[in-house]
Amino acid sequence: MSDMISDTATQDGLAGESPTNHLALAIELKNINKSFGAVRANKNVNLPVVAGTIHGIVGENGAGKSTLMSILYGFYEADRGEVFIAGNKVRIDSSKAAIKAGIGMVHQHFMLVDTFTVLENIMLGAESSPLISNSAIEATSILEHLADNYGLHVRLSAITGTLPVGEQQRVEILKALYRRARILILDEPTGVLTPSETDQLFEVLKALKNEGVTILLITHKLREIMAITDCVSVMRHGEMIAHRKTSETSKEELAELMVGRKVFDSLNRPAEKIGPASVVVENLTVLSSQNVPLVDNISFQVRAGEIVGIAGVSGNGQSELLDVLNGIRPVDQGRIVINGREITPDHPFDPAEARTLKIAHVPEDRHRMGLVTKFDARESIILGYQRLTRYNPGMLLDQQVVNDECNRLMALFDVRPHQPEIKSANMSGGNQQKLILAREIDKAPTELFVGQPTRGVDIGAIEFIHEQLLDLRDTGCAILMVSVELDEIMQLSDRIIVMFEGRIVADMAREEADIKTLGLMMANAHDTTDADHGAQATSSAGES
Amino acid sequence: MEDTFLFVVLTLDAMLRVATPLILCAMAGLFSERSGIVDISLEGKMLVAAFTSATVAALTGSPWLALFAGVSMATMMSLIHGFACITHNGNQVVSGVAINIIASGLTAVLGNAWFHRGGQTPSLPSEARFMPIELPFAEAAGSIPIIGTIYKEMISGHNGLVYVAIAMVLITWWVIYRTRFGLRLRAVGENPQAVDTAGISVAWLRYRAVLICGLLTGIAGTYLAIAQNASFVRDMTAGQGYIALAALIFGKWKPWHALGACLMFGLLDAVAIRMQGVSVQLIGEMPVQLIQTMPYILTVVLLAGFIGKAIAPKAIGIPYVKER
Repeated sequence: MSDMISDTATQDGLAGESPTNHLALAIELKNINKSFGAVRANKNVNLPVVAGTIHGIVGENGAGKSTLMSILYGFYEADRGEVFIAGNKVRIDSSKAAIKAGIGMVHQHFMLVDTFTVLENIMLGAESSPLISNSAIEATSILEHLADNYGLHVRLSAITGTLPVGEQQRVEILKALYRRARILILDEPTGVLTPSETDQLFEVLKALKNEGVTILLITHKLREIMAITDCVSVMRHGEMIAHRKTSETSKEELAELMVGRKVFDSLNRPAEKIGPASVVVENLTVLSSQNVPLVDNISFQVRAGEIVGIAGVSGNGQSELLDVLNGIRPVDQGRIVINGREITPDHPFDPAEARTLKIAHVPEDRHRMGLVTKFDARESIILGYQRLTRYNPGMLLDQQVVNDECNRLMALFDVRPHQPEIKSANMSGGNQQKLILAREIDKAPTELFVGQPTRGVDIGAIEFIHEQLLDLRDTGCAILMVSVELDEIMQLSDRIIVMFEGRIVADMAREEADIKTLGLMMANAHDTTDADHGAQATSSAGES
Repeated sequence: MEDTFLFVVLTLDAMLRVATPLILCAMAGLFSERSGIVDISLEGKMLVAAFTSATVAALTGSPWLALFAGVSMATMMSLIHGFACITHNGNQVVSGVAINIIASGLTAVLGNAWFHRGGQTPSLPSEARFMPIELPFAEAAGSIPIIGTIYKEMISGHNGLVYVAIAMVLITWWVIYRTRFGLRLRAVGENPQAVDTAGISVAWLRYRAVLICGLLTGIAGTYLAIAQNASFVRDMTAGQGYIALAALIFGKWKPWHALGACLMFGLLDAVAIRMQGVSVQLIGEMPVQLIQTMPYILTVVLLAGFIGKAIAPKAIGIPYVKER
């Protein structure tokens, strides 16, 4: 049954391109509605997807993209609305039904069992026999076929958890293809990939498209939409705002459609007055519990009045570096000097002391470290500064002072909704981040260490946050920013450091950097003659 | 020399007998925990099964009916655990503790009310019990030195359920590592979302695991009451369910490793029994209490980190709720 459907879809997709032709549509969603309590996540959403195309869906966080895809993949059932797959009305009430209808999904967080081999992960749920050994034989031959056809090579006997994310993603794609998916949904597939892995993924997607597979790409990266999709649909506040042919639209138009107003790229303002070094890191090494160096003998400086951006694929030591600079992790070797305070293995410091040194910290993971999600905004706004005497005139917290403080900062940083009693968990990502920035920047820090300043933040709020960081820099604060978004690094940094496997592989002024080279450095593939030695060469060049 | 050898063989023989409920319980726990459901109610289920089987054996005189009844009751308790933890996403430890308390209280109260013997059930005649089985040629082989002695004294002459327990380890290993069901079971304990998105029901998988767990604890409890002993005694499981759980953790949730841990606990217990009244040079008579506490001391010491890091199934103890 599902084979029949997908075959028709393929042929139609190759035959005709007109979206008005009903038979050419691989997917058609009609009037999809879905509410979670009072929140209407999808409002009368219509979506036609032409078979054999790559169709992008863009929208801000909370625009309803993921909900829509979850409905299509049977994770939730729509309250109202119809789903047509290749012209036939289908009811998708479970993932099983979706798989049967020929839909495969690559989730943002991979649905893989880390301890399993690649082969076991792919077979799981689609085993051809009650015995693993029999299923494995059959699966292996099918997978070899798929790997050759689409360039999806992964070692089947490898333990999945040990593979790099790019390969894990390939496992996810293979999983869908093994289940004979003719429609592939990818949810933010490039968020965790290096630029070169992204290129590889796009090659695979193109190969799949040529074989007639229909691909739905959900992303907030407009550059990728422009690079690979044929059509694009824009969602805003749970509604489908517009459908465009990619060739007939532009990044600017899409951004405007997503946000609902004109958006400007944050200005690339160069630093005006750079002062003396206020953060000095010398030969810093941080070890894991197994004594593996996570940060490996690095040295750099951050001067007052400049932003130093640390680029790198996540997991290359940036998080540990931030932890050490904020006193959360101890220094294992080497030393750090911040505002004249020397931090060495023998003279450790802690986050409380960091605050007295006028160090501010905006952590990478705001849910784990920046906020207590069950706290209301008033409590979050004093988190970490709860001992300040101005909040504690006597034995108890002065609720009135805290409330006023919260009101003032919410107004200053445009945190919405402007309600001091709102629970942090009920705020959007952008507003949570603004709340944290308000708390930290208001203390007029001389150093700010910030991780992923705009992760999971809406485009509108990104602009605002970038402005705030630049303003803070211009007051003479030394800012160290870790980000996996190269665009952000390029926009804000005065100097750029690239980290790879705990080492600094490049340290350069922004003017010397371009996105392509940075991308290669992040993957440690800059020197094409010899990748391994290349890193050391670049590294020593960067330090000199 | 001859004496020492016989002593060792007889101790190992006792080890198997004592370890049997531990092995069955550890395998029971393995199924449950590999599916992501923490089960500290092994103890309670075993106790309920012991009481039920002893009661049914006393009333009907049939060990087979007793086994069936014991297994049924333990499975019922498992279903309650499953209903609380799988269907209603309850806290698995709380549910387990509740089952243990109910089991301990209910068996004592009902035992007292029905038999008026302070919670004990009537002593069973041998027809109403599972009795040791002589393996073929045991008598004849006994005359062959060493191998024959081992065969006669250690391998042969056990209760049928002892052999069942050993076979169960092999079966568990085969099911977990060689079958489709095992693959899915392991997956659901590591990443239930992966299982759900692969189109398999997480709840049904976990229910099956919990049912198998009930079945095996039922056999273990029955063994205690009508095979190893001849009646139910109040709280007769005496923490063996917890020891089995500890063995499962030492065994890193793997069948053969868990078997090894169970045998080690069994051996310590067997030595304790053997050493009763035995006088050792220099020390004099060994205080039995000291040896009897060994398994518990060892549990604490080993769990405190001597066995290396035991990596539990990643999703263990976390109810599976679809996000949002």
